[in-house]
Amino acid sequence: MALQALKTGMLQVTCKINGKEYTGMAEPRTLLVHFLRDDLNLTGTHIGCDTGHCGACTIMFNGKALKSCMLLAVQAQGAEILTVEGLAQGDKLHPIQEAFWENHGLQCGYCTPGMLIAGLFLLQRNPDPTEEEIRRGIEGNLCRCTGYVNIVKSIKAAAKKMQELKAQSSQATPTPKSQ
Amino acid sequence: MFEQTLRPILKTKACFWENFTSVSIEFILPGLVFLPFSLYLLRQSRLTVSPYLKEFEAPDTLKYSQGIFSDSYKLTPKKFDYYAATSLDEALSLLQEKEDAKILAGGQSLLALMKLRLAAPQALIDITKIEDLSYVREERGYLAIGALTIHDLIEHNETIRKRFTLLADAASKIGDQQIRNRGTIGGSACHADPAADLPTALLAANAQFVIRGHSGQRVVPAEEFFVDTFTTAVQPNEVLTEIRIPEFPPKTGSGYIKHSRREGDFAIVGVGAVVTLADGNICKDVRIGLGSVAATPIRAKAAEDYLRGKPLDDKTIIEAAERGPQGADPPSDMHGSREYRLEMIKVFIKRTVKLALTRV
Repeated sequence: MALQALKTGMLQVTCKINGKEYTGMAEPRTLLVHFLRDDLNLTGTHIGCDTGHCGACTIMFNGKALKSCMLLAVQAQGAEILTVEGLAQGDKLHPIQEAFWENHGLQCGYCTPGMLIAGLFLLQRNPDPTEEEIRRGIEGNLCRCTGYVNIVKSIKAAAKKMQELKAQSSQATPTPKSQ
Repeated sequence: MFEQTLRPILKTKACFWENFTSVSIEFILPGLVFLPFSLYLLRQSRLTVSPYLKEFEAPDTLKYSQGIFSDSYKLTPKKFDYYAATSLDEALSLLQEKEDAKILAGGQSLLALMKLRLAAPQALIDITKIEDLSYVREERGYLAIGALTIHDLIEHNETIRKRFTLLADAASKIGDQQIRNRGTIGGSACHADPAADLPTALLAANAQFVIRGHSGQRVVPAEEFFVDTFTTAVQPNEVLTEIRIPEFPPKTGSGYIKHSRREGDFAIVGVGAVVTLADGNICKDVRIGLGSVAATPIRAKAAEDYLRGKPLDDKTIIEAAERGPQGADPPSDMHGSREYRLEMIKVFIKRTVKLALTRV
């Protein structure tokens, strides 16, 4: 494998995706999204346009929502990545996934992996966004089914859910009071 | 480009359906029978549609390996060598050594161009792993911004928001959240797209560009930095490392307004303005930058000259805006005609100067 890699100019890429270490070989020109889907079989991340417009390939790359078709696979060397597969914990859906489910935030579902990650990035930075802020946050994600109304509703509901969860967990484990 | 390729296909399709009802079934029956058969032959690879096409595409393009896409080609760049530089010196020596090498910063413009094969450098030198090139620092007399500072950071930096507002305005209008999370100010400046937002704002802010080469570094003012469309003063063996914004004098306000049809589009017209007032609403100094109206971002010098020394009331601003299009040579494209852009220059100079005034 190493010899063949040398011949074709492939480079080894090791990165942490959804908490698990992955290693693969990639040509320098391979885009990260193709590497994720074709080499690592993580097909949750979708390809909508290949030109950086649609946002279906949005992933969390070192804590920042990025379009994985606008990155090279070799740039992921040593990176920490979260894809849509990493949102749910076993059978328990992530609050943002639950919110999309309950509020009918998807129809065909093609844009949803990107919407979820873009929404999550927005909520991590701004736990209680207004409708305008949500719309600005998902500006880079195209959806051709829903007209965005239910997606905005879902993200708003997710914000509420995540805040409630946070309040619960801080109640369950009270921080020791300083003297 | 996309539309041009698709139109003939759509036309053929429309013709087919129009004629379908008028032509009796006997005419198309052989075709209907042969269609599945030829598809079958294609599948067996006994028949090739166009050997020329295959030769042209196949050696250089990657194929999807799985599923229904197995016969389609991925949109990938041409082959290149990749080097991840860990220091500026390493990047500089790689630039010197490798032929036709290009610096890769955020890559949000470069990779798009490479995927469409509009750019095909033989080597990419990735500088994103170099530490200490992403910062916003206040120095004596100027604000220093590292070349790898991402748009998102510029948009949310407190100092920039308060005192160099036009840069925050411009950064917040670039692309979308994901692009702003990766794209860099240095990359945007070096790419020098005349329709981009930051170059226009940097010109209006009178920025200075620090360029490192083998023989040391030099500082280039904004007026000399943008040479032509996609061309800057940065030579092929040099790297832009820092952008300096000279401290604005007291009683200065600034703003940037982008005119585009949709969020995330490139500007039809982008206007950045920095206004300094003397006592009693008199304009002491003003700099107006125009984007998307010439081969490079340009200054609206006639409008600036008119405003200097005059009290800034509505009438003066409108009068100055009328002089805005002097020196502009906007293109006509699908987003707006030349005439429309010339008219919009006036409108947006007016709005931007007023916006800057509210921030003095």
